[in-house]
Amino acid sequence: MAHSTAAVSHGKSVWDGGTSPMGVSYGKLMMWFFLMSDAFTFSGLLITYGLVRSSNPAFVGPVKDFFFSTTHWPIPEKVYDAIPFVHGVELPLVFVGFMTFVLIMSSVTMVLAVEAGHRMDRQSVEKWMLWTIVGGLTFLSCQAWEWTHFIIGSGDGTPMAEVLNGQWVQHMVQGANLHENQYGPPAFADFFFFITGFHGFHVFSGVLFNWLIYYNTATGVYDRRGHYEMVEKVGLYWHFVDLVWVFVFTFFYLV
Amino acid sequence: MAHHEPQVIVLPPDKEKIKKLWRVALILLLVTMVEFIIAFTLPHGPSKTFLFVILTIVKAGYIVGEFMHLRYEVKVLFWAVLVPMIFIVWMLVAFVYEGTKIVTY
Repeated sequence: MAHSTAAVSHGKSVWDGGTSPMGVSYGKLMMWFFLMSDAFTFSGLLITYGLVRSSNPAFVGPVKDFFFSTTHWPIPEKVYDAIPFVHGVELPLVFVGFMTFVLIMSSVTMVLAVEAGHRMDRQSVEKWMLWTIVGGLTFLSCQAWEWTHFIIGSGDGTPMAEVLNGQWVQHMVQGANLHENQYGPPAFADFFFFITGFHGFHVFSGVLFNWLIYYNTATGVYDRRGHYEMVEKVGLYWHFVDLVWVFVFTFFYLV
Repeated sequence: MAHHEPQVIVLPPDKEKIKKLWRVALILLLVTMVEFIIAFTLPHGPSKTFLFVILTIVKAGYIVGEFMHLRYEVKVLFWAVLVPMIFIVWMLVAFVYEGTKIVTY
């Protein structure tokens, strides 16, 4: 790090103090440790999903014969098969694939902003930070649509069986909430809301941080400070958000 | 006091480094496309899940190693971040295994 203000002196021993054994500044190191704790939080959510899913029966038979029921776990590609403005066409996982593309691209623009920061290139940092913010907002908009579609539901709904006063009764369920949903066991929608919601909230706060960095860059704060290390720290956070989505995409939408 | 704009020396872009970043992005997109193809061509089962896990770890490696720059940090930091992830692997194996032993119906 050419422009780091962190004092890295070369004393006799790391125990003499005044050195950075890990070769990064305090702020960056703390960001790494925060991200580790966040990784454990997301792992807890995703692994619990795995636990509950593997404790529910899977659908047996060819995929084309699949139907929604509380008696087996839904196949994700049968749930997420719609895209905006197109009705009645089954496009499994296409929209979520687009969301993945958007998030990966915004990760690239972020790392380009970090690269520009190393070179003290204020204009390039501004440009790439703005593109990163646009990517984040696009992702959030897509998620808003996906949630709306998931909550409202599609088709005529699904007849779902539940125990009422000791009797199995059937009633039509349309859409999804925390109590019941038309796609499968209640836990399925609960995990959808919690996992993608928790990730979406990370994206949202990431966009706010990115905006702050953009504002500080545009007003010359980092030029006066003499380094752009804040771009790196927030960059770590933003890449982590992308990293979590990679896992959510695999374990929630593909498997 | 008058505004003094600090003297900032802007360095030229490192073409080689930027090209490398775009190459990583391309790899990430290609792996995602491969995952897509696998999702609709292979039958559901443990081997498919295993393949997805491998490809996901490949993507995670590129994001953490290249984008987050961890590959180029000092070894102490590298291992300080990676070693605790063992707990996540153990948690995953233990919980999913337990899940198959719980009968909800």
